[in-house]
Amino acid sequence: MSWARRLLGVDRRIIFIFIGLGTAVPLLLPVNLPITVTPRVEAAYQTIDTLPEGSRVLISMDYEPDTMAELQPMSIAIMRHCFRKNLKVIGMTLYPAGPGLVEPAMRIAAEAEGKTRNVDYVFLGYKSGFQTVMIGLGESLRQQYPVDFYRTPLDSIPVLRGVDSYAQIDLVVNLTASSAADYWIQFAATRYRKKLVLGATAVMATDYYPYLSSRQLLGLVGGMKGAAEYEKRMDLFGDARRGMDAQSLVHVIIAILVILGNVALLAMQRSGEGGGPAGPLGGPR
Amino acid sequence: MIDVQTWIAAFLTLCVFSFLYRDNPFYRFAEHLFVGAAAGYLLATQYQNVIRPNVIGPLTSGTADAQGILLTLLPAMLGILLLLRVHPRLVGPARWALAFYVGVYSGIAVTGYLQAQVLAQIADTVKPFGEGWKAVDSALILVGLLTVLAYFFFSAPHTGVHGAGARVGIWFLMVAFGASFGYTVMARVSLLIARVQFLLRDWLHWIPGGVS
Repeated sequence: MSWARRLLGVDRRIIFIFIGLGTAVPLLLPVNLPITVTPRVEAAYQTIDTLPEGSRVLISMDYEPDTMAELQPMSIAIMRHCFRKNLKVIGMTLYPAGPGLVEPAMRIAAEAEGKTRNVDYVFLGYKSGFQTVMIGLGESLRQQYPVDFYRTPLDSIPVLRGVDSYAQIDLVVNLTASSAADYWIQFAATRYRKKLVLGATAVMATDYYPYLSSRQLLGLVGGMKGAAEYEKRMDLFGDARRGMDAQSLVHVIIAILVILGNVALLAMQRSGEGGGPAGPLGGPR
Repeated sequence: MIDVQTWIAAFLTLCVFSFLYRDNPFYRFAEHLFVGAAAGYLLATQYQNVIRPNVIGPLTSGTADAQGILLTLLPAMLGILLLLRVHPRLVGPARWALAFYVGVYSGIAVTGYLQAQVLAQIADTVKPFGEGWKAVDSALILVGLLTVLAYFFFSAPHTGVHGAGARVGIWFLMVAFGASFGYTVMARVSLLIARVQFLLRDWLHWIPGGVS
């Protein structure tokens, strides 16, 4: 059996070990590879940074545990930025499992920047129905959320004094792992002409580039890389930046494996051995 | 002091990772536990956040007038009608609620979609070229748009100028899929990193944590 056939038939569990080591070793021994802030993330940063002190920012964190790896560091970094700029943050989620993640994220960000609940920020909690909530916010925040997450009536929360619709909100930020982004673009950005910044998972990010060009989005933070860029811009060292060494090394390993696999395949074809791997699709034998 | 929640989460994480070796009872236990817990959580959340405040609350508070009660009962009835699909002979009434829902949803979606995804995007595509590198960007967008549209225009054979355009369109599509795939790999690796971070930091305390 040639080297190429043996290589293509390698047990996939050996590849898992490489990927596992490529993830764990940089976390244990970080080298802090340089991170360049892309224009998309810079635009998101500048949109928040240029808001006047006291402006109200509605942050809808529409994600659940399956995508928290990318969106939770993003949420914390963006909220800390808002708090540093003395902006008033109105947090909410349109996902049923969202409150369990969003509430601690708001608390972590507020404690880190010395801000107080109900004075500097409010968490409205979960509300069902993407479009109905987004359209409803154009009419009355209090009809949508009579009480906040902690069952406090909205009228008794100082940070919401005088706020009842998009008209009193200066910026909408949506951090999402789903089509909620489409609806925020349709309703908040297009129908109600609100400034909108999007934080999305890496899988989604490329789908939203056209909206940057059309200025329906004023900034786009994509995946763990985008979150790391935002942390870098904020001069923070959070989970996203901590994970980028591992991200880079795993990508290098995957690229090497893809190249090796293709070289082996070509070698087999040239030697007339055919193109198939030794095992069933390279799986465990 | 041992943090029980962290140990349970670590155990379940390792149960899921054990599938990388091969399918086993630990993996299946974690999988079934997740499905059951997620379904239960969703049911409870929807009851507390949808049914209770929107149906039970208005009907039992005694403050709603006749119009308010009607506006509560009608959607509730439509919701119950949807559930009748489980019985083959009651599919008909279930369709009434579905038709109402589709109609309302279409009314909301069509205008929003047209405004945001069609008109705004067309307006951006046909805007005048910028200066310098922006002109190159605009030219690439224009060529990409026309050639990809040519590829997806199947009513005419892909020959001659149309065929040449379609072949260029394939290259644009390949670049777009490549970028998308790269991002997808990054997303999956991010999930792994977060779990390994959890094991090494929150469970084993081998790496420092928190935002600094």
